[in-house]
Amino acid sequence: MSLKTSPRIADWLTARDGRLVVHSGKVDIGQRISTALVQIAHEELGVPFSEIDVAPVRTDEAPDEGITSGSNSIEQSGHAVRMAAATLRARLVAWAADGIGGAAQDWTLRDGLLTHAATNRSLKIVEVMAQLDPDLPVDPKAIAAPVQDAFPGAAMRGLADMVAGRFDFIHDVDVPGMWHARVVRPPHAAARLRSVAPQVRADLEDEGARVLRDGSFLAVAGVSEWQTVKAALRLARACDWDAGAGLPETDVFAAFAPENARRLMVIDGTPQDIPVPEPLADPDHVARFERPYLMHGALGPSAALAVWSDDLLSIRSHSQGIYPLRDSIADSLGLRLDQVQITHQPGSGCYGHNGADDAAFEAALIATLMPGTPVLLKWTRDEEHAWEPYAPAMATDLAVTLSQGHQISALSAEVFSDTHRGRPRPGPDRAGAGRLLSNRLRATPVPPPPPLPNMNNHGGMHRNLEPVYAIADRRLVKNLMPGVVHRTSALRCLGATTNVFAYESMMDELALRAGESPLDYRRRHLDDARALSVLDALAERMRARPAPTGDGTGRGIAYAQYKNQMTRVGVCVDLAVDDLGQVHLHHVILVADAGRVVDRDGLCAQLEGGFLQGASWALYERVTWDRDGITSRDWDSYPVIRFDNIPDFDIRLLHVPGAPSVGAGEASPGPAIAAIANAIHDATGLRLRRMPFDADSILRQALAD
Amino acid sequence: MTLRLRINGNDHDVDCDPDTPLIYVLRDALKLKGTKLGCGLEQCGACAVLVDGKVTMSCVSAVDSFQGREIVTIEGIADTQEGRRVQAAFVETSAAQCGYCTAGLVVAATGLLMDRREADNETVKQALAAHLCRCGSHPRVLRAVQRAMAAG
Repeated sequence: MSLKTSPRIADWLTARDGRLVVHSGKVDIGQRISTALVQIAHEELGVPFSEIDVAPVRTDEAPDEGITSGSNSIEQSGHAVRMAAATLRARLVAWAADGIGGAAQDWTLRDGLLTHAATNRSLKIVEVMAQLDPDLPVDPKAIAAPVQDAFPGAAMRGLADMVAGRFDFIHDVDVPGMWHARVVRPPHAAARLRSVAPQVRADLEDEGARVLRDGSFLAVAGVSEWQTVKAALRLARACDWDAGAGLPETDVFAAFAPENARRLMVIDGTPQDIPVPEPLADPDHVARFERPYLMHGALGPSAALAVWSDDLLSIRSHSQGIYPLRDSIADSLGLRLDQVQITHQPGSGCYGHNGADDAAFEAALIATLMPGTPVLLKWTRDEEHAWEPYAPAMATDLAVTLSQGHQISALSAEVFSDTHRGRPRPGPDRAGAGRLLSNRLRATPVPPPPPLPNMNNHGGMHRNLEPVYAIADRRLVKNLMPGVVHRTSALRCLGATTNVFAYESMMDELALRAGESPLDYRRRHLDDARALSVLDALAERMRARPAPTGDGTGRGIAYAQYKNQMTRVGVCVDLAVDDLGQVHLHHVILVADAGRVVDRDGLCAQLEGGFLQGASWALYERVTWDRDGITSRDWDSYPVIRFDNIPDFDIRLLHVPGAPSVGAGEASPGPAIAAIANAIHDATGLRLRRMPFDADSILRQALAD
Repeated sequence: MTLRLRINGNDHDVDCDPDTPLIYVLRDALKLKGTKLGCGLEQCGACAVLVDGKVTMSCVSAVDSFQGREIVTIEGIADTQEGRRVQAAFVETSAAQCGYCTAGLVVAATGLLMDRREADNETVKQALAAHLCRCGSHPRVLRAVQRAMAAG
């Protein structure tokens, strides 16, 4: 996709002020894609890291690469930059050989110079770039530079500034004449604003604040940030809300049933609208696995800067998809696309579609009501917890038939979930505008579009519904349950979280039933040599560290390949469960095959971070609500993993230089959850099938067993 | 009203409401934007500063309670030997992903180093338990703290 929409070398690589500039439409959200792109450009062109910049990601300037999601950045942008750089390398050498002399192989690229070996004549690469045709196309089959293990890794971009407090997050923007803004939220999604006490509004305006209202969307802006925070609290107390029927107190897991759902068969990872065959007649093993609504829970609440000036709406946002967001905001406000410009500026880690896009639109909405004034809108912790689009609750029902020797002969898997696709992007029914939160509240609302099933290969809830194991007879069903309770969208891994948790728990149960080791039982259902290599390496590390033997201790393993085509991960977790039902993570072995490794340290960071996010979901996280609104509104009511439960890590990367580089950012959470569930079973005999495995759940299950 | 605050070794006269939480004065009035607001509830540690050498959240307590105290923010952490060691160790171990929690953690780790020359991993974990990181940089942060202690 990336090279189709941006086919020229100059779309990806340019020279400016004597420096090489890398362009990408993918944004750095802490996954270190900008570091990896610099690494790739360095490997192909021999330009020192210190002479390479990464261009800001801005609409109309950056390649349109859609959304930074799905662990696709290294395969899309990384591949595009590598092919652009490899093409450029060949062109530079050809230019030198033709224009100056010598054979192509006599010219080398190193230290930013194009050098003729025999004569030692050198030219600066960025200067030669200026001599080339700016419309040169990227050769999508260009020969990449050979892998050299001695490549020094690029330092993580931004890190030196982060440790000194100098890294510019969106929250830190300060431009002349800037005002601060806060939104006053309804008690819950079903409530609408009846009125605002006129005296309070008048008092606030007398004190210099601006109160802005469009239907049930209400905001306040002021020069001082703290005064604006206080004004928002006063304004909130002055609101009269019609709470309507309140939030539905639905038991979502009970609602997940075929008769309530839009059903699609999943064949080779892709949904098809064909009749669903009958379930397995007499399965040998049946189990359901569930996860609650989860939040992204960024550490820094969402924020955006917007200014409406000279018929141009300029926005700075930490959105993962600036082009689709631009289109959605233009549609919302009746503007042409060229009247909206969005520049990416880092927020805190998002892990999917959080409040970033909504905040950008709300800042824009406020800015258009205050022409000429730059407005920095920040959400509060309470707003982020209560109003970001959640990851949908999910259930995966598994049933298998076993043949002689406990081999799985037939499998039925049914996954249930609301949509994972709530990002604002253009589509039927004004889908882009309708997915921006505050459009639902305006005087002329744009309602959310009815969710359509994601029909992409391994998209949405059916990501990793296709098992990695060799099972010939498969009945895989996707059940879309639109509008169960909350607004939902994409969270790291989409459906793979629950599906991998389900499969890898089941494999453990079946191994026990067969009286085999969990490793061996998986091995005999795998025919992928690279998967077996991962398990072999895992087994070797496990032998080096005997399983824990103390009271309440356990060991569990899991294996998965993200989307059945990206990074392969094997995990082994050692943990202990105490008498209070609390799980203490002790040690993690993680083996991964991500193909050709670009940024070794960054890859390890993604695998560790993914494991810990999975562990946090597994042990702690759950959105809660009642009729009157969301009740998990801070870090006490929505607990997450903290430093006091961080295990030691032993990470092994299987370097496969000949294989393409594949994304790893979402490869480890699913196996982390399953390995933890399996280790809890090993420690206690309890089989946890609903996340989170918190002390309450474990004690309740212990009593029930 | 005007309050006098001592921050990173310098006195600042600030005109603000005495009930303003310290972080808004740091970020909005003094433009010291390295300190991050994460929750405003003292639950996440993003806003940590040193007050008389102790790790302190700046997002709730009113600014007037900090008069006469010695405040060190992330911008001043490199003025201390411990702070420089911690910063170097964070860089050497790549102990950040998105970086939003990093300033608070560098401050907290510096406070820990000022308090004790060495600590085992469990002690460090407990000392940092008030700080959240959502990206999962924890293992690297723990390595960074050990490295910074070893460098002392």
